Amino acid sequence: MLSLAIWIPIIGGLAVMTTARDKNANLARWISLVTALVGFAVTIPLYTGFDTSTAALQFVEKFAWIERYSVNYYLGVDGISMWFVMLNSFITIFVVIAGWVVVEKKPSQYFAAFLIMSGLINGAFAAADAVLFYVFFEAMLIPMYLIIGVWGGQNRVYAALKFFLYTLLGSLLMLVALLYLHNVSGGSFEIAQFHKVPLAMNAQILLFVAFFLAFAVKVPMWPVHTWLPDAHVEAPTGGSVVLAAITLKLGAYGFLRFILPIVPDASRYLAPFVITVSLIAIVYIGFVALVQTDMKKLIAYSSISHMGFVTLGFFLFAPGGVGSGLGIEGGLMQMISHGFISGAMFLCVGVLYDRMQTRNIADYGGVVNTMPKFAALMMLFTMANAGLPGTSGFIGEFTVTLAAVKQGMFWVGAAAALTLILGAAYSLWMYKRVIFGDIANDQVRALTDVTPREFWMLVVLAVCVLAMGIYPAPFTEVMHKSVEELITHVARTKI
Amino acid sequence: MQDLSLVLPEIVLLALACIILISDLFVSRNQKWFTFACGIGALLWTAAFVFQLGMPLGAPPEIAFAGLTVIDGVGTILKLTILISAAIALSYSWNYLKKHGLDNGEYIALTLLGTLGMLVMASSANMLTSYLGLELLSLSMYALVALKRDDKIATEAAMKYFVLGALASGLLLFGMSVIYGATGSLSLDTIFAALGTANKTAVALGLIFIAAGVAFKLGVVPFHMWVPDVYNGAPTAVTLFLGTAPKVAAFALAYRLFSDALSPAIADWSIILAVIAILSVVVGNIVAISQTNIKRMLAYSAIANMGFLLFGVIAGGKEGFAAALFYAVTYAITGLVSIGILVLLSARDVEFDNIDDLKGLNARSPWLAFLMLLAMFSLAGIPPTLGFWAKLSVIEAVVNAGYVWIAVVAVMASLVGAFYYLRVVKVMYFGEPDSGAALALPSRGETLLLSVNGLAILALGMLPSALLSLCVKAIQNS
Repeated sequence: MLSLAIWIPIIGGLAVMTTARDKNANLARWISLVTALVGFAVTIPLYTGFDTSTAALQFVEKFAWIERYSVNYYLGVDGISMWFVMLNSFITIFVVIAGWVVVEKKPSQYFAAFLIMSGLINGAFAAADAVLFYVFFEAMLIPMYLIIGVWGGQNRVYAALKFFLYTLLGSLLMLVALLYLHNVSGGSFEIAQFHKVPLAMNAQILLFVAFFLAFAVKVPMWPVHTWLPDAHVEAPTGGSVVLAAITLKLGAYGFLRFILPIVPDASRYLAPFVITVSLIAIVYIGFVALVQTDMKKLIAYSSISHMGFVTLGFFLFAPGGVGSGLGIEGGLMQMISHGFISGAMFLCVGVLYDRMQTRNIADYGGVVNTMPKFAALMMLFTMANAGLPGTSGFIGEFTVTLAAVKQGMFWVGAAAALTLILGAAYSLWMYKRVIFGDIANDQVRALTDVTPREFWMLVVLAVCVLAMGIYPAPFTEVMHKSVEELITHVARTKI
Repeated sequence: MQDLSLVLPEIVLLALACIILISDLFVSRNQKWFTFACGIGALLWTAAFVFQLGMPLGAPPEIAFAGLTVIDGVGTILKLTILISAAIALSYSWNYLKKHGLDNGEYIALTLLGTLGMLVMASSANMLTSYLGLELLSLSMYALVALKRDDKIATEAAMKYFVLGALASGLLLFGMSVIYGATGSLSLDTIFAALGTANKTAVALGLIFIAAGVAFKLGVVPFHMWVPDVYNGAPTAVTLFLGTAPKVAAFALAYRLFSDALSPAIADWSIILAVIAILSVVVGNIVAISQTNIKRMLAYSAIANMGFLLFGVIAGGKEGFAAALFYAVTYAITGLVSIGILVLLSARDVEFDNIDDLKGLNARSPWLAFLMLLAMFSLAGIPPTLGFWAKLSVIEAVVNAGYVWIAVVAVMASLVGAFYYLRVVKVMYFGEPDSGAALALPSRGETLLLSVNGLAILALGMLPSALLSLCVKAIQNS
C-alpha cells in the first residue's frame, strides 16, 4: 500500500519524462493527472483501514535493503504520519491541475519533477528506517532545485541555490547524528530502536543540535527561515504549494519522529529555548508579514509564523513533567490545516498571477468587480488564514493556545494569541487592498473570472478547510493513540 | 608453472600490448579503428582472465613468485574495476582522438602498459612490486599527457607531472628503504610481522615518506599541485583515463602498503593521513568553487574525493578499507560519466573546456544533461545516487573508529562541494544555449554505453547492497 503511494508517482513521473518533446504536452498532462489521481486513490485505504486503537506502525512493509549496515526498506505509518501521506497525495492533484495550461516551458519535465517529488515526500513520511528516511528527505532536494531553478521567477537561480544549500547544511549534520546513533545502538538504523537507546545528557544535547538544525531549517524556524521567502517568491505556483503545504511539514514531522523521542531529556531541557524561538517566529514574523508588498512573500512569512505555532505546540511541556499531549495534537492539527490553507492561498495568488503577471499588491485593487466568484473563495481562505472559528485555521491555533494555558504557561499562550490579531491584520489587509475598492487600473478591468478548472480546484479545498474546521474529530481520532505513546516516550528519561 | 598461471592476466595483457604495438605498424592511417578495437578487446579479454581466476570471491589468497605477488579478493575487484574502466574510457575516447590526430598505436600501447602497471600494483605482495607497477603506470601516464606534443599547455603539464612525479617516486622509494632498514624485508607480510619489534623512529620516518609518496599518487593536499594542471593540460581523453582507473590503482597502492604491511603502526600513519585527508576535502572543495574551467573544477573535485577515500583508510581495519574500496569503485564509475560526457561532446563540437560551454545542455540534449546531472549529484553525495552510499560508508567508518569530529568536518566540506556541482547543474538546466546551433550528438553506440554507465549510478544508488557486500567480501578475502 505505502509502496504504491511512493512508487506510482515516481514511475508516473518517469513515464511523463519520456514524453520529453513539447509537442506531446497534452499527453504529459493527462498521464500526470491520472498518476496523481491514482496516487491519491491508493492512499484512501490508509484512512479507511486505519486502526485507531493502537500506536504501533500500520501497513508495515519490511525488506532487507542493505545488509551491510542492516538498513531495511521499512515502511509504516502511525497516527502522526498517516495524514501527511494522504495530504501530500491529495495536494499533488492540485499541483498538476494548477500547472495545466500555465506551464509552457518543458511541461513534461515540470510534471515529472512534481510527481517524483510527491513520491519522495510520501517515502519520507512513511519511512521507519532512518537511512531510508534520509534518502527520501535528501533526494527531494533534486526535483525541488530544478523546479525553482527552471520554472521560477526573476531571481530563481539564487533562490534555488539558497534553498538547496540551506537544507543540505541541516541534513548533513543529521546524517552524522544518525551514524552516531547507529554506532551506539549496536548497528541498527530502525527509528524505533533509536527511541530506546540510552544516551548521556551531553550526547543528547549534541544530537539535539544536529537534528534541530536539520529540521529547523526545513520548518523553517526563525532565524534560519530566510531561504523560504526567496524560494517561495521565485518558485512557480505549484512549487510554492508543495513547499508550503508539504515540505515544511516534513521538518515539523522530524521533530516528532526524531527529536522528541530520541533525545527526550535534551528536549525537555531545551524546551524553553524552542518555545522562545517559536514565539519570536510567531510574533516577529507576523509583523514582518504585515509590511510585505508582494503577495507571495506575505503568504510565505505568514507560513513561517503559522509554523511557529506548530513547533510551539510540540514543546509545551508542563513544568517538572510533560503534561498532556494537547500541544502536540494542536501542532499536528495546525500542520494539516496549514497544508490546506497555504496551498489554497498560493493557488489564489497563482490565479491572479497567471492573469496579470505581477504579484505586487499595489498593482491590484477592486478585483471583486471583475472576479466575484474568485473573490468569494479567496475570502474564505483569507479568513481561514486569520484563524476564523469554523475554519480549520482556528482549530490548531486554539488548541495550542489552550495547551499553553493548561500547562501553566499563561503568558506563552497570551503571546501566541497575539498572532491571531496579527494574522487577521496582514491577511485581511492584503485581501482588502487586492480585492476591494474601486477598479485600480485597466488591467484589473480586463480580468476574467475563474475558469471551471480553477473554480473546482478552489472549491474542493474550501470544502476541506470548512469540514476540518467544523468537525475535526476524524483527524484527532487517528492521531490520539500515537501522540499518547509519544508523550510517554518524552516523559521517560534516557540517561 | 603454477606461478605463471596466477599472473596469466598480466602476461596476456603484456603480450597483447606488444603485439598491438608492432602490428599497428602495418595498419594504414585510416584503418586505425582496428588497432583501437584490439586495444579494447585486449582489456576486456584480460578482464575475463581476471574474472576466471578470482571470481567468485572466497578462495584463500595465493602467493606467487616467492612472495612478490598475491592473488586475492581485493586484487580481483580492483583489477576488474581498473580494466573495465580503462576499456570504457578508451571507447569514449575514439572519436575525440581521431579529431585531434592522436589515433595512433602508441596511444593504445601506452594505455595498455599503464593498465598493466596498475594490475601489478593491485596484486603486489612486496614493496618492490608495488614500486615497479607504479613506475610502469607513471611513465606511461607522463607520455600520454605529453602525447599532443605541439600543444604548449599539454607539454607544460607533462613536464610538471613528470618532475613532481619523479620526486614523489623518489620519496616513496626512500620511505620503503627506511622501512626495509627497520624491518629487514621488503615483503609486505614480513614487514607486517616485524613492525612490532622494529625501531620506532625509523618506522615513523619511513611512514612519513611513504605517506607523502602515496599522497602524491592519489593527488591529495599538499601534494596536489600537479592535478589541476594535468587535468586541464592533457587532452580530455587522457584526462578521462587519468581521472578514473589510476585513482583506483592509487587506492590499491595505499591498501597494499597501509593494510597489508603497515597496519600495526596505524596509530602513527592514521594521524598523518588524517591531516592530509582533511586538508584535501577542505582545500579541494573550496578552491573548486572559483574554477571556471570544468576540467580544473573536476580536478579539484578529484582532490576532495580522494580525501574522502582516505577517510576510509584512516578508519583502518577491514571495515574502513572496505568503505574506501567501495569509494574507489564508485568514484571510477562516476568519473567515467562526468569526464566521459566532456570527451564525447568535444569529439564533434568545439572543445568543452569551460563550465559555461555546458550552458543550456538540457535544451540541446535532455538525456546527456540528465546523465551529467546524475554524475554531479553523485559526486556531491546526494541520494539516491551511488555517491551518497560511498560517502555514507566512509563517514560511517570514521564515526565507528571514534572520529566523530572528522565526520563533521567531512560533511561540512561536502556542503561546500555541493555548491560547485550545483553550478554545473544550474548551467545545464537554468541557462539557455548561446548558439542556436544543434549539438553534434554522440553516436548511438556511444550514447548507449554512456547511458548504461550513467544509469548505473542511479541503479546502484537505489540498490547498493550487492556492490557494497562485494567490496566487503573482497576485503575479508585477503
